[in-house]
Amino acid sequence: MSDTTQTTGAAKVENEGAFTRFLRATEIDARLLGMIAALVVIWVGFHLYGKIANGYGAFLTARNLWNLSVQTASIGVMATGMVLIIVTRHIDLSVGSILGFCAMSMAIIQVWILPEFLGLGHPLIWPIAVLCGLLIGCLIGAFHGFLVAYLGIPAFIVTLGGLLVWRGAAFLLARGETISPVDATFAKLGGGPYGSIGSLGSWIVGAIACAALVWLLFNGRTQRRRFKFPLRPMWAEMFLGGTGSAIILGTVLLVNSYPWPIGIVRQYVAANNLQTPAEEIFKSHGFAIPVLILIAVGVAMTFLTTRTRFGRYVFAIGGNPEAAELAGINTRWVTVKIFAIMGTLAGLSAVISSARLNSATNNLGTLDELYVIAAAVIGGTSFAGGIGTIYGAILGALVMQSLQTGMVLIGFDAAIQQMVVGSVLVVAVWIDTIYRRRAK
Amino acid sequence: MSKDNKVTPLVEIKDLSIAFGGIKAVDHASVDLYPGEVVAILGHNGAGKSTLIKILSGAYKRDSGTILVDGKEADINNPRDAKKYGIETIYQTLAVADNVDAAANLFLGREVLTNWGTLDDVAMEAQARKVMGRLNPNFQRFKEPVSKLSGGQRQSVAIARAILFNARILIMDEPTAALGPQETEQVGQLIHRLKEDGIGIFLISHDIHDVFDLADRVAVMKNGQMVGYARTKDVTKDEVLGMIILGKCPPAATPGPGASTDF
Ligand SMILES: Nc1ncnc2c1ncn2[C@@H]1O[C@H](COP(=O)(O)OP(=O)(O)OP(=O)(O)O)[C@@H](O)[C@H]1O
Ligand SMILES: [Mg+2]
Repeated sequence: MSDTTQTTGAAKVENEGAFTRFLRATEIDARLLGMIAALVVIWVGFHLYGKIANGYGAFLTARNLWNLSVQTASIGVMATGMVLIIVTRHIDLSVGSILGFCAMSMAIIQVWILPEFLGLGHPLIWPIAVLCGLLIGCLIGAFHGFLVAYLGIPAFIVTLGGLLVWRGAAFLLARGETISPVDATFAKLGGGPYGSIGSLGSWIVGAIACAALVWLLFNGRTQRRRFKFPLRPMWAEMFLGGTGSAIILGTVLLVNSYPWPIGIVRQYVAANNLQTPAEEIFKSHGFAIPVLILIAVGVAMTFLTTRTRFGRYVFAIGGNPEAAELAGINTRWVTVKIFAIMGTLAGLSAVISSARLNSATNNLGTLDELYVIAAAVIGGTSFAGGIGTIYGAILGALVMQSLQTGMVLIGFDAAIQQMVVGSVLVVAVWIDTIYRRRAK
Repeated sequence: MSKDNKVTPLVEIKDLSIAFGGIKAVDHASVDLYPGEVVAILGHNGAGKSTLIKILSGAYKRDSGTILVDGKEADINNPRDAKKYGIETIYQTLAVADNVDAAANLFLGREVLTNWGTLDDVAMEAQARKVMGRLNPNFQRFKEPVSKLSGGQRQSVAIARAILFNARILIMDEPTAALGPQETEQVGQLIHRLKEDGIGIFLISHDIHDVFDLADRVAVMKNGQMVGYARTKDVTKDEVLGMIILGKCPPAATPGPGASTDF
């Protein structure tokens, strides 16, 4: 370990506290830490409140946390796209309505149209419906992007209009009816006992995640050495790898400890002609499919933002739009692509939400834009442009959804929930402003 | 006004005009540039120098006039078009992307990609070090956002960016304004080297000594119009100052439409 001589400079600065030194060595930024602290406060707070007020703490249970993970998926998927939007100094207020419109279109396609031609329950129904949903979202987003980039209408106005237009269009599609149930395979994309990958699958996912983490740390170290960049001390690498793996494996244990409900197990026993009584069978949920979708989107979007030309352009435009244009970047076209990605992700969230509800209702996705924007901002995306991370936005989505879930658990009514979400959004931006000013 | 009629000029700007609202920022200006030549564009603050070259670099769209590159009419409507003609520009405002690092800035818009289509940071970093090494050997902060750099360092990044891609026509709008004496000297040497490679350079500068050291010809602007053109060999610094301040053309210069006739 001769290379630890070139550490991040913990030794250079004297008189700093052990904690600061720890942060410096592990390069965990204060913001990430703040988010984790907020999560802990929210989780423990709601749990204790439930315990004291209702005599039962419902928050820190496998059941609730598993449900929380599923509910985070829809907001989290869209939040990754909102990062690109806000990084380039735009805003998208229409994501909730795009979600509603896509969900309604997919429901009509798989319930009213496709069974006519393919027959009910045909295996091609769900992929066709999903593809149509993503495509519709993509086209709507691209259209918004076109209005913003080529006609020069501010994104705030375009998407504020979109918020009304697409909600209204969703209503017109089915004249306000709720369409239900959706295709059986499609419904699995929303989670539930059948929409989860079970115990073994979850362990495999966990193992892959741990391996990926170690590889990332190792690869990062190699790259830094190559660029003659200061290396983290070995203990910090170990700490990151160890803590990361512990969190991953702990999550696997958690999702595996949430059993199928007894009714579903009875169905399962009957369907497979098992001899064991249902009461004696412990079937784990494991990771829900929407959570895996969120992870996949997170990985793909992180790759897109950090490893591709497009991602670099997004951040360059966000930092200095004029310079980006002068450098020869086709900033308008990039803007169209950003909005198209946002629309596609709203389509994907529409898949998750409507599959979870097993129906498409006219108000699906209402107010989602606020959760999504708040998630991105809490996750460190700056309205000043040019700054933001995908993992931050996903964590931000988890924070927002934890708040929401907690309020439902302790029985706040919708009016108060709205007030809290609205306030959190404003406070989050305020904290961000202070944080940025201090960072300068 | 050309120095040799047999060679086609690299660039020929003819009768270019642009107005912002009521202000005629550039008013029927013409100028040309030959391979291996440095033409200095001079003039008071607000004379229209930056605006003129911004039209050439595609940042502004002209109201009227033509631009010929290699004797053929060039269709320049945005910075990408200009780059296709081999026109690279160092802007007075240092158009750098503040929140990406120096290496990323040098390659912005023309990133090196791996076989997988991802960014090849290793290759870009190596090449960036090479180019910056020639320009500003003290520069080491390749991986930090450009916003954290000093004004001169940012300027070095902007210059390196322009020469990285084998430009044929280089536009430098006050390239040394923020540079220290050593770095200014480096840029001077760089200009000589680029000249020898046959690159044509438009240089905008307020430093008359620099201009006489580096430029073959001067073109002087006043209130958006061309006062006149002269070879640096044929005129004195005072005569050029007279062109800039009074718009008065000495006998050795070729007068343009903006030349004062009151004398
Ligand atoms: N984008 C713009 N919008 C409106 N007016 C402009 C714009 N750019 C330049 N002008 C005007 O055009 C005129 C010429 O400006 P320009 O920047 O070309 O001057 P310059 O010769 O480069 O001056 P300096 O030596 O100060 O850099 C000025 O009167 C300026 O106010
Ligand atoms: Mg200027």
